[in-house]
Amino acid sequence: MAVHAHINGIPVEVPEGTMILDAARSVQIDIPRLCKHPDLDPTAACGICIVKVEGINRMLRACCTPIEEGMKIVTHDPEIVEVRRTVVELIMSKHPNECLTCGRNQNCELQTLVAEFGIRTVALPNIVPDLPLYDDTEVLTIDPRKCITCGRCVMVCQEMQNVHALCFLDRGYGTRIAAAGVTLGESPCVKCGQCSAHCPTGAIVEFDETGKTWDYIKDPSLFTAVQIAPSVRVAIGEAFGYPPGTNLTGKLYAALRRMGFDAIFDTNFGADVTILEEGTEFIQRFVHKSAELPLITSCCPAWVDFMEKFYGDMIDHFSTCKSPHEIVGVLAKTYYAKKQGLDPAKMRVVSIMPCTAKKWEIHRSASMAASGYQDVDVSLTTRELARMIKQAGIDFRHLPEEECDRVLGDYSGAGTIFGATGGVMEAALRTAQDLLTGKALKKVEFKAIRGLKGVKEAEVEVAGKTVRVAVAHGLANVESVLERVQEAKEKGDEPPYHFIEVMACPGGCVGGGGQPYGVTNEVREARARGLYTEDERLAVRKSHENPEVKRLYDEFLEKPLSHKSHELLHTRYQARLTYSR
Amino acid sequence: MPDAVMVPDISRTVQKWRNKRGSLIMALHEIQNRYGYVPRNVSLQIAQLMDVPLARIYEVVTFYNYFKLEPPGRNNLSVCLGTACYLKGAPELLNELKSRLGVSEGETTPDGEFHLQSVRCVGCCGLAPVVVANGETLSKVQPSSIEGLIHRCHKEE
Repeated sequence: MAVHAHINGIPVEVPEGTMILDAARSVQIDIPRLCKHPDLDPTAACGICIVKVEGINRMLRACCTPIEEGMKIVTHDPEIVEVRRTVVELIMSKHPNECLTCGRNQNCELQTLVAEFGIRTVALPNIVPDLPLYDDTEVLTIDPRKCITCGRCVMVCQEMQNVHALCFLDRGYGTRIAAAGVTLGESPCVKCGQCSAHCPTGAIVEFDETGKTWDYIKDPSLFTAVQIAPSVRVAIGEAFGYPPGTNLTGKLYAALRRMGFDAIFDTNFGADVTILEEGTEFIQRFVHKSAELPLITSCCPAWVDFMEKFYGDMIDHFSTCKSPHEIVGVLAKTYYAKKQGLDPAKMRVVSIMPCTAKKWEIHRSASMAASGYQDVDVSLTTRELARMIKQAGIDFRHLPEEECDRVLGDYSGAGTIFGATGGVMEAALRTAQDLLTGKALKKVEFKAIRGLKGVKEAEVEVAGKTVRVAVAHGLANVESVLERVQEAKEKGDEPPYHFIEVMACPGGCVGGGGQPYGVTNEVREARARGLYTEDERLAVRKSHENPEVKRLYDEFLEKPLSHKSHELLHTRYQARLTYSR
Repeated sequence: MPDAVMVPDISRTVQKWRNKRGSLIMALHEIQNRYGYVPRNVSLQIAQLMDVPLARIYEVVTFYNYFKLEPPGRNNLSVCLGTACYLKGAPELLNELKSRLGVSEGETTPDGEFHLQSVRCVGCCGLAPVVVANGETLSKVQPSSIEGLIHRCHKEE
């Protein structure tokens, strides 16, 4: 049912239950706020979005007050602005004055608000709580002093991701974000970084490794290779004023070359290799019954960590295939090094990822050093790369487009859609159907598993057989899928699915924890659209048709799941003990 | 230190409360009353048994002043910081205790002798400022009498 009201004299008609904040946005009125995020339910913590409603003699929070029929709302008048200003000044009074050296400088929602309010003098004393900094994950840096207790990270960690690593401890003025009585590294944290992507200030940021990367580049005795993940190309532009979803692959290659990297590779190539390995694994299980179904994808390190911590009983269902960037890493230090006559001991591989958890993944087990050296030396987020491009004085917008380097760069459309939820499954189905039928089938698009619905299920006809698939993204959506699998196992029933894809972040990697700030579902959709558009444009849209991948198998790996593939491209999982969520 | 031996005991406590609304806090009350604090390993067991995230248990335990995460001392000294006591000089009493015992609020001395805490109004404002020593309410306490109080606690053992 529609509700009618007036906001600043402008008539609005919105569905019943719409909050004043959202209704105002529909008539181009932007009410300032610090705690409300479009992904999350209102916490009503900051008190900045207050508005006046005729007939009510106190101000109401626009984020959590639904519009009622006939309401007359005022969002901006001198008195409201003055109250908001006071609230901002109170927040500032316990926030460190460290903007110049803060990881969120020029990207901070609090800083932006203070600038918009034009606050030039501060009447209140600055009393910053004395709280220790946590960076023992070496993935995320938490500085609770900079926390404004908006509650976004806690909601993200507990509700969106179902991890329950972060919580609010203590109360009132002393409220702080922390893990339950331990450091973040000792908590069940899976390093997805969604907390950092949602934090309005610099309280949670990625563990910065740009300095380490510059050191590699600067060192003339080292050969430093770099690779970019699928979803980085459609998001990095946001740091340079492009709309979300703009595909900047060619400019990225050019920028990386100018920064001084010796070889520019593409993780999409690794994604194609992943599909050959994982697709073959699937066929082995599906047709030859080599192991139990369903097969579950393992490209996402936060998901791997989550599974190892909370679903140890599902280890046998996990694809043992490494994630695409680890594949490029190990192939750079073996296959490529051999071809180029390079000493792998003198090589460094840098991954540019939409992800914070990849910083953990590169050290997660001994198989991450299958080349005899650590396969990937540093994993940077999209945000860190954007800073490095700016530090290098590169006029990114006007860069000409360039190509990446052979032989770890060519990619298919299947490789590029890895960055969106459903993309890994779609890529795998494209290859599986061809391998099963022995034909090059025309059908390449599986639209039922695209999009932002939390759990997507489909039945796909492949070579006369029905393949039941499920795709989940956002870790809170995984539980129902896995419970169905566990239930069927206990009863001895046919598994509900044959193949399951999981990505930890909502939207998949396009919405990754290391992507540019300001993510919403519109942004996730636009970034995904950028990937699907590239897929449509590419002549080769199936991983097994990628000529460089074919060459890799012909010259080096022999065939998927060969002894050499197992040695280099596969890994093992172990249950990791942690306390209950 | 409570250990695995008391698991059946805890599961009885939890059984009693598990299917009732707001039951976590009741179970935590029992634990606090029994041990004088909520030991971490007990919290971990409650989390398992009640299917509540440890994060939620810590949110509750740290929100309410009543729950402690540290074991109590052999002597427990509580300084009231309610409005009346505060105005009558409670902060000076707290400072005197902190410097004499060498601990901060909420801490126990390394030898386990004294646990110091502040509390909000204990309900006898007429006697302000008040210190509660091992359950006994001491009225109109002066900083100069703190030394004697500590001495007396030592002797009483």
